[in-house]
Amino acid sequence: MAAHDIGIRKDSFTIKAFIYVFLIAGAVTMALPYVWMFVTSIKPLQEIQAYPPSFIVKNPTLEPYKDLFRMVPMIRYLFNSLFVAGSITLFNVFATSLAGYAFAKHKFWGRDKIFFIFLGSLMIPWQVNIIPGFVIVKNLGWLNTYRGLIIPAMAWCAFGIFLNRQYIYSIPDDLIDAARIDGCSEFMIYRKVILPLIKPVVATLAIFTFLQQWNNFVWPLVIIHTSNMRTIPLALAVLTGQFGANFAMVMAGAVIATLPMLVVYLLFQKYIIKGIAMTGVKG
Amino acid sequence: MEKESILHKINKQKISYLFIALPALLFFVFQLAPVFISFFWSFTEYDVIHPPRFVGLSNYVNILFHDPLFWIAIRNTAVYVIGVVPIGICLSLILAVAIDQQIKFKNFFKSIFFLPTVTAIIAVSVIWKWLYAGEKYGLLNHLLMKLGFHPVDWLASPTWTLPSIMIMSVWAGVGYNMILFLAGLQTIPHVMYEAAEMDGAGFWKKFSHITLPLLKPTIVFVAMMSFIFSFQVFEQVYIMTSGQGGIGGVLNSGLTIVAYLYDKGFQKFQMGYASALAYIIFLMIFILTMINKRLMKTEVEY
Repeated sequence: MAAHDIGIRKDSFTIKAFIYVFLIAGAVTMALPYVWMFVTSIKPLQEIQAYPPSFIVKNPTLEPYKDLFRMVPMIRYLFNSLFVAGSITLFNVFATSLAGYAFAKHKFWGRDKIFFIFLGSLMIPWQVNIIPGFVIVKNLGWLNTYRGLIIPAMAWCAFGIFLNRQYIYSIPDDLIDAARIDGCSEFMIYRKVILPLIKPVVATLAIFTFLQQWNNFVWPLVIIHTSNMRTIPLALAVLTGQFGANFAMVMAGAVIATLPMLVVYLLFQKYIIKGIAMTGVKG
Repeated sequence: MEKESILHKINKQKISYLFIALPALLFFVFQLAPVFISFFWSFTEYDVIHPPRFVGLSNYVNILFHDPLFWIAIRNTAVYVIGVVPIGICLSLILAVAIDQQIKFKNFFKSIFFLPTVTAIIAVSVIWKWLYAGEKYGLLNHLLMKLGFHPVDWLASPTWTLPSIMIMSVWAGVGYNMILFLAGLQTIPHVMYEAAEMDGAGFWKKFSHITLPLLKPTIVFVAMMSFIFSFQVFEQVYIMTSGQGGIGGVLNSGLTIVAYLYDKGFQKFQMGYASALAYIIFLMIFILTMINKRLMKTEVEY
């Protein structure tokens, strides 16, 4: 990234100093809540209740984590989140790129109208869908099930279709026609020609879908009422309500909810930052 | 290619429909149909157990004319949006410009400001609830006292509930907007700064005469997105204000419009009323977005 270097000449030392002070103060503000979360999660009770509050832990303990795993089925929650977010991501990536190919390169009756409806749906806030969504899921008998968590969330595919269509649109037709002459079926063309060319988009979409779904709260909140089926964010919300006074344990839960996404972020930082700049999707 | 047989054409179309079938079906059942269903329900009384009973416009009339909570929620949402959006945009713009300079540890700064974007908003809210905790334990109050201020009752006081949620939301959203602004800054041609420097322009001149005007499309985009996003604030409110007596905090001082919809729909199961609320929210977002678009519409010239 090329720095634009506004006004940083030899004589503007004050401005540069000001920038560093500002950025460092900002960075401390950003880090503080995370540090405090972690510090609290390894504090024994006496130190949490001690005054003044301190960042230094005299007797660090893993007791809050042990409490957490003893009191609630944390492993199950982690699995639920991973399974739900993972399945939705897999489906989304596959289905939206396939549909994106059809919308970009095929001619069929109603194509532009259907695409327009998909696009238009992006303007509709979730509050409008969620009430009938809940009742539909209830009538299907999907409350408190993986199906209920996963299948309706797969329907939020308009953005992915749009993104894929834009990218596939720019692939030259000659490439596709050549494959057709070679006798490739449409699905083979999708797999052998299109998919390799849109890898960056697919990767970006996959990471964002996973992040979004892992952090999703409202839908699980509405349709999950049994303890075993909770996802991590929902479990954390319930934990705060039930054991709100046990700060160390709640913070241990927050650490566990935060850590996996931090790892994902560190691994895929480039894709994530580029993806946002490229598309403006919300993580 | 021109002499394609009709059979082949239909066959080819069949495969196209097959390719879009699954997402289209799911989209229809869980996205498109619900839009119409909730529109219909907004004219009914519906508690999920008994079938919906048609009541005409009475949900809308009640919401707009006989529901003080709705207006409290609207007022709170307006305060939240008017506070969070401009402050968030200013801070993230300053951050983006600062990081765009020739500085060291660029990536470190970028990452740390971006961190909350990849943290579940529920986790962020839970952490901040702990930061805001009462006089004895609360870290923020302790820091305030150290700096010579009085401790604040944060989430326990009707005056401070909404500002507490707003401060946290600004903190959580600043990095995301910063990334968008950084991307926008890369599109400004470098030569413009060089030319300005030759004319002897200083930091502020360059910022106000080059960066700001040329960044206008990005600013408009970010403003629009954060407006739509902030208007629908829910998770933060849910975590920070739910307790005894439902959602909304002390004297409903933290009740926002989507939180109110959640309360009506999923805690009191007044689905008709909640559907009408959903359509009012939809309409407000739509109209305000259009007004925003008009206000900010100006040509960008290079």
